[in-house]
Amino acid sequence: MLEIKNLKAKVETDEGGKDILKGLNLEVKAGEVHAIMGPNGSGKSTLASVITGREGYEVQSGEVLFEGNDLLELSPEDRARAGIFLAFQYPVEIPGVSNTNFLKTAINEIRKSRGEEVMSSVDFLKMIKEKAKFVEIEPEMLSRYVNVGFSGGEKKRNEIFQLAMLNPKLSILDETDSGLDIDALRIVANGVNKLRTKDNAFIVITHYQRLLNYIVPDYVHVMFQGKIVKSGGKELALHLEEFGYDKIDEIKEEAAV
Amino acid sequence: MDKISTENIDLKIKLLEDFNNLEVNLNGESKNNIHKIRQDAIASFEELGFPVKKMEEWKYTNLKPVFKHDFKTVFEPAKTQLKRKDLEKYLVEGLKVNLLVFINGQFNEKLSSIVTRSEKIFIGSFSEGRISFNDVIEKHFSKYADYKNRSLTALNTAFAKDGAFIYLKKGVQVSEPVHILNIADASADSVMIQPRNLIVAEEGSDIKIIEDYYSLGDNHSFTNAVTEIYCAPNARLDRYKIQNDNDKAYHVGTTQVQQEQDSYFSDTTISWGGAITRNDLNAVFNGTNTECHFYGLYLLNGKQHVDNHTLADHKMPHCYSNELYKGIIDDKATGVFNGKIMVREDAQKTNAYQSNGNILLSEDATIYSKPQLEIFADDVKCSHGATTGQLNKEEMFYLRARGIGKDEARILLLNAFAGDVMDSVKIDELREKLREELSKKLIK
Ligand SMILES: Nc1ncnc2c1ncn2[C@@H]1O[C@H](COP(=O)(O)OP(=O)(O)OP(=O)(O)O)[C@@H](O)[C@H]1O
Ligand SMILES: [Mg+2]
Repeated sequence: MLEIKNLKAKVETDEGGKDILKGLNLEVKAGEVHAIMGPNGSGKSTLASVITGREGYEVQSGEVLFEGNDLLELSPEDRARAGIFLAFQYPVEIPGVSNTNFLKTAINEIRKSRGEEVMSSVDFLKMIKEKAKFVEIEPEMLSRYVNVGFSGGEKKRNEIFQLAMLNPKLSILDETDSGLDIDALRIVANGVNKLRTKDNAFIVITHYQRLLNYIVPDYVHVMFQGKIVKSGGKELALHLEEFGYDKIDEIKEEAAV
Repeated sequence: MDKISTENIDLKIKLLEDFNNLEVNLNGESKNNIHKIRQDAIASFEELGFPVKKMEEWKYTNLKPVFKHDFKTVFEPAKTQLKRKDLEKYLVEGLKVNLLVFINGQFNEKLSSIVTRSEKIFIGSFSEGRISFNDVIEKHFSKYADYKNRSLTALNTAFAKDGAFIYLKKGVQVSEPVHILNIADASADSVMIQPRNLIVAEEGSDIKIIEDYYSLGDNHSFTNAVTEIYCAPNARLDRYKIQNDNDKAYHVGTTQVQQEQDSYFSDTTISWGGAITRNDLNAVFNGTNTECHFYGLYLLNGKQHVDNHTLADHKMPHCYSNELYKGIIDDKATGVFNGKIMVREDAQKTNAYQSNGNILLSEDATIYSKPQLEIFADDVKCSHGATTGQLNKEEMFYLRARGIGKDEARILLLNAFAGDVMDSVKIDELREKLREELSKKLIK
């Protein structure tokens, strides 16, 4: 589904740019869940930004293919329409735009781009009701402005609610677990598990093994200084939790370079 | 004599000649009080001349382009081919209104329709109103709008002939709004139009008024409108001024409001179009405990120029005023906001707030925003602020990352920006119409 080959990217800064991704490789197939861990500043969110097409990042070399097509030449909206979804680490507040209006516009824009009919209001409301249950979100929250006045946890939950509504092929969860209380973590993780199918895939960026107890990954990758330096099964996360990053040989080697 | 301005002298001479012709045709009317005011006003205009950029109040708005056109004189009968069905697009769908139609400033009875019939109300034209309510008109006409110091008000006053006259007796509440539809028809010639409206709401009365301006035709129109509004104690008045002119139109409009004790006035001024627009909105609080709201929205593109000047004049204690103006400016357009809160010595316990927000959509777009507070009382709560920015990039990306196209995302965010001004429109049908117009105008 997603193939990233030797991706090098920099962030545009006032000083002309800073290299962040330094030759990253990753392959995600349908039906898989990949966890990406790694110390602060290693480039995890930057990877998510490059995949989703955020402004301010420049890809210098390498490829990102989604279902065999070059993703990098698409606009952010076309990537979303192709089936990519990012649950943001820091969801923005949008005063004046209600959650429902926002979601309805998003769903219909995606449908239109696929040459499908727009969704009727009744179907939309039914879907809202059904998916709101998924993440146990209060329907009252949906009439409010996007994320405005939401607590940190509510914002994260709202991201997963949007994920459920838009039903993407590839979802990237950027630290969705941070800021969630224990109950909310379980609710969100269960929501994600229910959305898993053999046709979709998830990239779960997290610092904590705890989330991976709920959302059990097929692969765990360690990112360090803009590269994936080690990959393994779910037991790698346990190992990291116990020993920390600095006990990983690959990180020691990289750091020594 | 050295005060006489020689700028735009041709049009000025023409207008003075017009005034002489008008007097010749007045017959018996020339002796009455109103005509005396007209004579004062023309003298005042003669002295003041047209506003020029070197005046502080006109610093950012240059009317020069207006005066190079050859306008037809003010008193030619309006030629119009417009039929009722041509008006559909100007009406508010599904809303029952008292409709007053003015074409090139002249009342068109055939196209108008009154639905609220009551002895206690007059809704019609100025000239009709003078037949039965001359005393009311004489009591209020030109008592509020300042024709001694403001030349365009003087000009309007001198030529004041027709316009809407609305009179509510004590305690009447009119549920059907009044819609004053002004159409400048410049299909045959360039036209100069001077509508003059007077609204008198007696004690405890309540009404909503829509005053909108459209222009037609390939020639230029110059509308110089004055609306005087009197709110007696405890009266409630909502007014929506919508200016929807084409790019051949120039519009200068003054609204002068006088509020007595415990009265409520709310205005929403929406500027969609026109080449050059200048709105002056002044409210004087002449009694205690009045409440006043000014809302405004301007959406400009091309080379449009819109200038909003407002004044909340707190003369008495315990009054509340709140102002919110927002602008979306694209291309090479220019917006001007000059909002003044005046708190006079006696106006203790004043609450006065003001804010102006602007979004510039292009590098060549300009806004001059000047909030002004002048406070001469010590026990008051006042605040003002102005912000100018671009569309928020983070918000844009969030929307686009959910599959919403760039244009649609822009429209969503700008609609949201304008949302609180839109919400000030209390007539649901009108608000819907305005929202649609806004969305339509936001599509590039
Ligand atoms: N706009 C920017 N300007 C300057 N530096 C940036 C910018 N965006 C990212 N960076 C830098 O790039 C590096 C990678 O940041 P990124 O947010 O991708 O890390 P991360 O792995 O997601 O970290 P965390 O675990 O703290 O979320 C950091 O050093 C960060 O400071
Ligand atoms: Mg991050």
